[in-house]
Amino acid sequence: MLRGFCIAAFLLMAMSAAPAANGLNVKIGYLGRADKTETISLIEMPAANDGVAGAELAIDDNNTTGKFLNQSFSLQQLLLKDEDDPAAAVQKLADNGISLIVTDLPAAMLLKAADAGRQRGVFFFNAGATDDRLRQEDCRANVIHTAPSRAMLADGLAQYLVWKHWTHWLLVVGSHAPDKLFADALRRSAKRFGAQIVQEREFKDTGGARRTDSGLVQIQSQIPLFTQSAPDYDVLVAADESQVFADYMPYRTSQPRPVAGSAGLEPTTWDPAFDQWGAIQLQSRFEKKFSRWMTALDMQAWMAVRMVGEAVSHVNSDDAKAILKYMEGPDFALAAFKGRKLTVRDWDLQLRQPILLADGRTVVSVSPQQGFLHQYSELDTLGIDRPETKCKLK
Amino acid sequence: MWLRFILGIALALLLGGQASAYRAYVANERSNTVSLIDTDTWKVVKTIKVGQRPRGIAYTKDQKYVLVACGDDDTIQMIDTGTNTVSDTLPSGPDPEFFTASPDGKFLYVANENDNTVTIIDIARRAQVGAVQVGVEPEGMAMSPDGKILINTSETTNMAHFIDPAKHEVVASVLVDQRPRFAAFTPDGSELWVSSEVGGTVSVIDPVKRVVKQKIEFAIAGMRQDPIQPVGINITSDGKLAFIALGPANHVAVVDVKTHKVIKYLLVGQRVWHMAFTPDGKYLLTANGVSNDVSVIDVAALKVVNTVQVGELPWGIAMSDH
Repeated sequence: MLRGFCIAAFLLMAMSAAPAANGLNVKIGYLGRADKTETISLIEMPAANDGVAGAELAIDDNNTTGKFLNQSFSLQQLLLKDEDDPAAAVQKLADNGISLIVTDLPAAMLLKAADAGRQRGVFFFNAGATDDRLRQEDCRANVIHTAPSRAMLADGLAQYLVWKHWTHWLLVVGSHAPDKLFADALRRSAKRFGAQIVQEREFKDTGGARRTDSGLVQIQSQIPLFTQSAPDYDVLVAADESQVFADYMPYRTSQPRPVAGSAGLEPTTWDPAFDQWGAIQLQSRFEKKFSRWMTALDMQAWMAVRMVGEAVSHVNSDDAKAILKYMEGPDFALAAFKGRKLTVRDWDLQLRQPILLADGRTVVSVSPQQGFLHQYSELDTLGIDRPETKCKLK
Repeated sequence: MWLRFILGIALALLLGGQASAYRAYVANERSNTVSLIDTDTWKVVKTIKVGQRPRGIAYTKDQKYVLVACGDDDTIQMIDTGTNTVSDTLPSGPDPEFFTASPDGKFLYVANENDNTVTIIDIARRAQVGAVQVGVEPEGMAMSPDGKILINTSETTNMAHFIDPAKHEVVASVLVDQRPRFAAFTPDGSELWVSSEVGGTVSVIDPVKRVVKQKIEFAIAGMRQDPIQPVGINITSDGKLAFIALGPANHVAVVDVKTHKVIKYLLVGQRVWHMAFTPDGKYLLTANGVSNDVSVIDVAALKVVNTVQVGELPWGIAMSDH
């Protein structure tokens, strides 16, 4: 036993750049957004630490594990405004010896950060951007995605709606670019799983405040007008990532119809009401530490930092290349309270994961749905599969 | 074998068919009850109301109580086996999930899932006497047959922790696959088996060298690997066969302990979780969480011979020693 320990300690010394006497310290960076999006619902307004809180909890979890392996983990956070230069932020973190960075940045900023980090040997975990282009034509060999893609979210929702035989959709699309991208994903999913979009309508953002004293009266009469005279449909599917109208749809449509997409039944990676597969334990840990509920962004950041912890416990090194190689290899698996192991797609570095369907109070279902089969993994029925990929990792 | 059978019949006749009846206590996680099954009739003879989210369940050594960990009530309740009512509680610490006892039955070692802690309780004094810090989400608990090493598995840390039960200290930790749920020693103490629910394997650990010497993998014809999630492990008292509950795969794997090879898969109820042998070793009962029933496996024939409906989400089973 003593001899085994000595050998392990020697290996640690040999493999690590950090002084072995103090063990292995793995530094992780976090690049977040300084400006948070305003939401329609007051109870969904993101907390200032949305996302990074998940990363901090995962650091705690990694350190609890690490104390048995003489490994420790730390986090350094930088918040960027829209006009800030992500490349400079990456240089700053790299100068502090950080080569693993979790990001919650818009796609364009993430790409700038990734390309700046490449020369410094920095690897990124995209916890915030759902853009499919980051997994397709704009994929990068140094970016792993713990955030689901819009295609995965739309597929998760579509499978359930088709399973319900709610195959006739009225698609309402917002007027901003992200809304249109989500609508693209929903159209693709409808086609893949055999749903029919009976009509599309655009909901124009005409500006104005989300919170006004007489707002309810106006919305109550506006939404029935907006949704009337549609061909017969089973479900209204809203694409409104910009938080302009979707939450105003439930209970206000002209016809009595359920709402899904950006309101009503929403596809997501996490929900505060989720308690299956041990999730209750993570929810309790999170609430105890931060006195608030855990969001999908918190979960996506938690998974990124836990992926690092999981890999480091096996490779026993803080070398980013070795860590990434392990994550992309056949032995890696992450347990993340989803009832099955999560692994990395080798064609676009997207984390395979189930998609929850939540109505704001409970989790209604978890996709992939039964019966949607795949020759390799049912999780690959969600999102861009290997044969369709446009990603060339470099 | 035959002698035992004849003896059994004789005894059964002598005592009017009551003698071979054992009692199985099944913790129903969702309905907050314990179902009491009579193993003669395979019927639920009583449903006992207990605290919230009952999971880990076991007899005390003196057979006077069945202990049940009520996670959401932060307590372990003591069911008096004479009256079959809850008569006392143990100070388990927060969110107790699973526990094991010292070989003399005096101490109880409890995994506190939300607190990264194993709490040590003096059962007679109903008092906490120590605590050991372990990894994230401790769950599986096992004591070596000689009582010298206590094992705890931590689900998010993915380790089996070796704890000195006298010193209340972690003395070694062994990495296993993802989400280790359960630990069991072979009866001779020569091997420690740890199931990894999400990893889909059972690690066979050499408890002296404290290294994984083999991983047992499972493959069921026509089934994808994803739902094959090993949880409960029960090894026959002669140390020959291990039964491994495969969770949502709805099967129990039968493994030859010597060769570590799977020899059969038995179809049971849905989401098979923890199991218990009848004291005579003839039957193995499995708690099937999703189908809300208990499957009865004939150990000699390796066949499922009965199914008993219990409460909602049966999690674990306690069976007396005699």
